[in-house]
Amino acid sequence: MTTSTQTARTAWSVETRTRTSTLFLGLAALLVIVLAFAPFYASRSLIQDLFFILTMLVLAQGWNLLAGYAGLVSVGQQAFVGIGAYAMFGGVILLDLDPLVSILLGGSAAALLAIPTAFFTFRLQGAYFAIGTWVVAEIVRLTVAQWKALGGGTGTSLPRSATRDMFGLDFLKDTFGFKTSVATDVITFWLALILAVVTVGVVYRLLRSRQGLGLAAVRDNQNAARSVGVDAQRLKTIVYLSTAFITGLAGALIYVQKARISPDAAFSVLDWTAYVIFIVVIGGIGTIEGPIIGVLIFFALQNSLSGYGSWYLLVLGLLGIVIMLFAPRGLWGLFTDRTGIELFPIRRRLSGGSTEKPGG
Amino acid sequence: MTILALDNVSKAFGALRVSQHITFDLANGEALGVIGPNGAGKSTLFNLITGNLPVDEGRIEFLGRDVTHVPPMERCLSGLGRTFQIPQPFEKLTVFENLVVAGAFGNRLPESAVSDECADILVETGLIGKANEVAGRLSLLERKRLELARAMATRPKVLLLDEIAGGLTEGECHALVATIKKIHSGGMSIIWIEHVLNALTSVAGRLLVLDFGKVIGIGEPDAIMNSQEVREIYLGIDV
Repeated sequence: MTTSTQTARTAWSVETRTRTSTLFLGLAALLVIVLAFAPFYASRSLIQDLFFILTMLVLAQGWNLLAGYAGLVSVGQQAFVGIGAYAMFGGVILLDLDPLVSILLGGSAAALLAIPTAFFTFRLQGAYFAIGTWVVAEIVRLTVAQWKALGGGTGTSLPRSATRDMFGLDFLKDTFGFKTSVATDVITFWLALILAVVTVGVVYRLLRSRQGLGLAAVRDNQNAARSVGVDAQRLKTIVYLSTAFITGLAGALIYVQKARISPDAAFSVLDWTAYVIFIVVIGGIGTIEGPIIGVLIFFALQNSLSGYGSWYLLVLGLLGIVIMLFAPRGLWGLFTDRTGIELFPIRRRLSGGSTEKPGG
Repeated sequence: MTILALDNVSKAFGALRVSQHITFDLANGEALGVIGPNGAGKSTLFNLITGNLPVDEGRIEFLGRDVTHVPPMERCLSGLGRTFQIPQPFEKLTVFENLVVAGAFGNRLPESAVSDECADILVETGLIGKANEVAGRLSLLERKRLELARAMATRPKVLLLDEIAGGLTEGECHALVATIKKIHSGGMSIIWIEHVLNALTSVAGRLLVLDFGKVIGIGEPDAIMNSQEVREIYLGIDV
């Protein structure tokens, strides 16, 4: 401290990482590596469970970015899951593409759909925006159900030839001796792992960036953000389109694994939006850690309550309400408040300077 | 040199004429005080200058350029900084982050290019001790200071202060006025709406009086305060 008082200009420094977060980053990298090798030591059903968890995590991170950071509470994310899945099917069935290549088509189709959707729904605020996005999703579902080449209202399956010749399948079968069905699960699992890691990484990077700070300002007070030069509309549009892209990729990937599609399943508001909102809300909205915690709890609940029929949904709803009432920032928020621990810190902490140590 | 000029600016909400033929110039480095009874159109005047409200007629010139139809964000970028009458901090961001947003976006610069300056502004406005605290937890005085500091971080050429001393105790008001004086003595042009007259006159070189959207007087504070019309309308004194 004494050296900085000697200099004419005050030396400030801005810190975002903490020791805990650096340590965590190392552990997380280790966990990803352990997971990447899961196909060699885990059972097929565990791989399928992990696939489910990872893809739901991607959807949850996307919704969390929308609602928790951009203030865009969408109830229509199933539109992007569905259109992503259908575009993938279209690529395979109509264009004869490899399913894995077709996944990219799914993401792009979702991003394209998001442009007119944003144009209409961004005129709406709050609850009206939420309803607007749902309406758009229903319109897309009804339209896709007319697409006879992809099975219309009853849906269709991926042709066996396409799934059998999927990229990388032969390599896995020859090298590790997996059966075709197992090899498909392994490939989709790896892709889900990559997609989840990239999504978390991209979201984290965005939130630590200047754009992320602007986004937080817009969320807190759009009026004031505009008056200091933040282009609120532009930031929201960027977030909406990128989230649609990620959601479309996840949707396409999910349906490569399922290999069977129908409009009602692919555009299900319960599966692709309600559960996702539940995950984000119980985990902690507006944090990256929240959806990770949330998806694990959701999976545990789903597994332990699956035998109880509709009681399962009642318990989910009840739990959601209890957490919203008593821990509005979710379980992770509760934990952070008690311990001060953040695994993905985005705060910029100012320190140094010749005056008293700030922050206290 | 004139930095900001309003020429015959008018605005009406339906039949209610909130600004009528407002004309005045602000010289570079000048501090102009704006007074008037509640509902006289003072905050509306700021919204017209910043572009948050479109003008019905007339012309606004800033730095020699016609900005009458320029959107608010661009006016901020070209150097119009404002504070809000009711403080509007970014509640979940820290005090320091509030300034970094304004500095980085208000000047189209990367964060690293403005963070030192933001810290210096926090020192100048007496908020450095709260730098890492979440803005939602600040007291009223601190919120008012944050409004000022955040506007400063956009590197304004003209600072528009909207009742920044309102609601403060006398001691708090003194401290804030001292800060504003310091900023003004550094060459900042200021337009300041205020009901606390002694705070205003200790900084402003000229006063502008608004009533029912019209300018009813502009000039030296003493001359204005002694004018019969102003005393009748604004101070409610029967002469």
